[in-house]
Amino acid sequence: MCSSGNCDLAAHAAMMNDATAAGSATADPIVMSFTVFILAIFVGYHVVWNVTPALHTPLMSVTNALSSIVIVGAIIASGPVVMNLATVLGLIAVGLASVNIFGGFMVTQRMLAMFKKRG
Amino acid sequence: MLSANMTELAYLVASVLVILALKGLSSPESSRRGNMFGMLGMGIAVFVTLQLDGIENYTWIAVAIGTGAIIGGTAARKVPMTGMPETVAFMHALVGLSAVLIAVSAFLNPVAYGIADSMGAMHTASRIELFLGTFIGAITFTASLIAFGKLKGFISGNPVTFSGQHMLNLVLGIIMFGAGIVFCMNESATAFLLMLVIALVLGVLLIIPIGGADMPVIVSMLNSYSGWAAAGIGFTLGNNMLIVAGALVGSSGAILSYIMCKAMNRSLFNVLLGGFGSDTSAASAGGAAVGERPVKSGSAEDAAFLLKNARSVIIIPGYGLAVARAQHALKELVEVLQAQGVKVRFAIHPVAGRMPGHMNVLLAEADVPYDIVEEMDEINPEFSDTDVALVIGANDVVNPAAKTDPSSPIYGMPILEAAKAEHVLVVKRSLSVGYAGLDNDLFYMDKTMMIFDDAKKACEAMLHAIE
Repeated sequence: MCSSGNCDLAAHAAMMNDATAAGSATADPIVMSFTVFILAIFVGYHVVWNVTPALHTPLMSVTNALSSIVIVGAIIASGPVVMNLATVLGLIAVGLASVNIFGGFMVTQRMLAMFKKRG
Repeated sequence: MLSANMTELAYLVASVLVILALKGLSSPESSRRGNMFGMLGMGIAVFVTLQLDGIENYTWIAVAIGTGAIIGGTAARKVPMTGMPETVAFMHALVGLSAVLIAVSAFLNPVAYGIADSMGAMHTASRIELFLGTFIGAITFTASLIAFGKLKGFISGNPVTFSGQHMLNLVLGIIMFGAGIVFCMNESATAFLLMLVIALVLGVLLIIPIGGADMPVIVSMLNSYSGWAAAGIGFTLGNNMLIVAGALVGSSGAILSYIMCKAMNRSLFNVLLGGFGSDTSAASAGGAAVGERPVKSGSAEDAAFLLKNARSVIIIPGYGLAVARAQHALKELVEVLQAQGVKVRFAIHPVAGRMPGHMNVLLAEADVPYDIVEEMDEINPEFSDTDVALVIGANDVVNPAAKTDPSSPIYGMPILEAAKAEHVLVVKRSLSVGYAGLDNDLFYMDKTMMIFDDAKKACEAMLHAIE
């Protein structure tokens, strides 16, 4: 029915399938992060090309506020009640990121409010 | 406390809101609602994080957020629109510095981040992520500080170049990566510190050779870096919200850099090598020495007469408008002309000013309606049918040499075709060369009249003459 070579190949393929299945069941979290990362870049690419050039400055100030999402990391860093260098650095980072979040969104709002149509 | 699944779902909602914030910017009408979505998304992300297991230091976190809110809110209300480029550069520096502080904190206490094994040693993958987040954050921090200094005028806007500069950067870059690799292999504190310090130095060295008018590209590029730094921290924490927001910001900045480079007909690499505009020998070899050719100059009254009797006028604003803070005076001039039945429009070159969209914001601040403000591609076919092109504080973006002279350094750069209008008025303080160090043939054409004055004074004088 099959030559020995072909049967070997089929057996090999079946083994590979098993291996992949086993691999995906325990996929490394970094692979999931990477998937999200690449998909988000595609979303960003398409959304940003649609931004009107007149609003490029507000785009920069709002993306500035958005990149201050690092505050999430800063909060985790400053989470423990024990005060040590790690927590203090975290708290400073929380403060800096907050300056950016509040400043960024508010200055964007201020700019966007200025764009008016004729009349 | 929310379950792990609920936490992830809340981050998902926040991520979608953040995407909607950017999507809203496709038009001014939808942008304000979009910005609200962005704030809501950020708020959700912060609250979800605050209820995570292990976050107990509430008092101090509240103090830090409150202080930041007061400083950021005050700055946002007070900053003048002419000061937006340096403000944005400074904010990039803050993102970079936060990323560095978080990375150092994670390095000091990996257990709190859940990135260490039972022995307290970091996973190899986490070390790589930490390395990337740290050096991108560090470069963003110091590079943005230098950009801020150049835009603010603390540091000379001229390119700073020295021999062996690029070689030095290359060697430092190699040492930085080498130290990073050592850190990834054995979690060495020395290697981590060395990598961090070199990244901080590299940030300075990379920006000092870049001149003031290339700042639109640099500010966009640092915008992109700050996003990648956030995404890097997201990888370290395994947090999808950070990865999504970081990737959005990263691609946004990259697209803006691309648009800016294209509008100057230069590659990003060419901008980064720096030194553009510092070499004037090529420019003066191309034509007669600046100032020796005959120009027709006139008074503001002459200009006002031309404007008043025109059917249509296109105004081309440039960085000089921002420097002179002339946008409000210009707006009044436009209103008076419109009242006389003159059709007035604005033509904006993508690299006019010091950051993407700089001119649009200045005009919006002066209450110029955005539907008479047009982009280069829309307005260029209209010049041949226009009576007067009024150039205020712009130079290289209207230089016909970009189209006609293959030996010109700016040959191939897309320009606003002011030279095609019936008459050209140029408001400029002197005949000095623009940023590219080039003489501008437009100034010497028969149809051109120069008004040698500060942009604001000239606008006020023209306004006065018409009224």
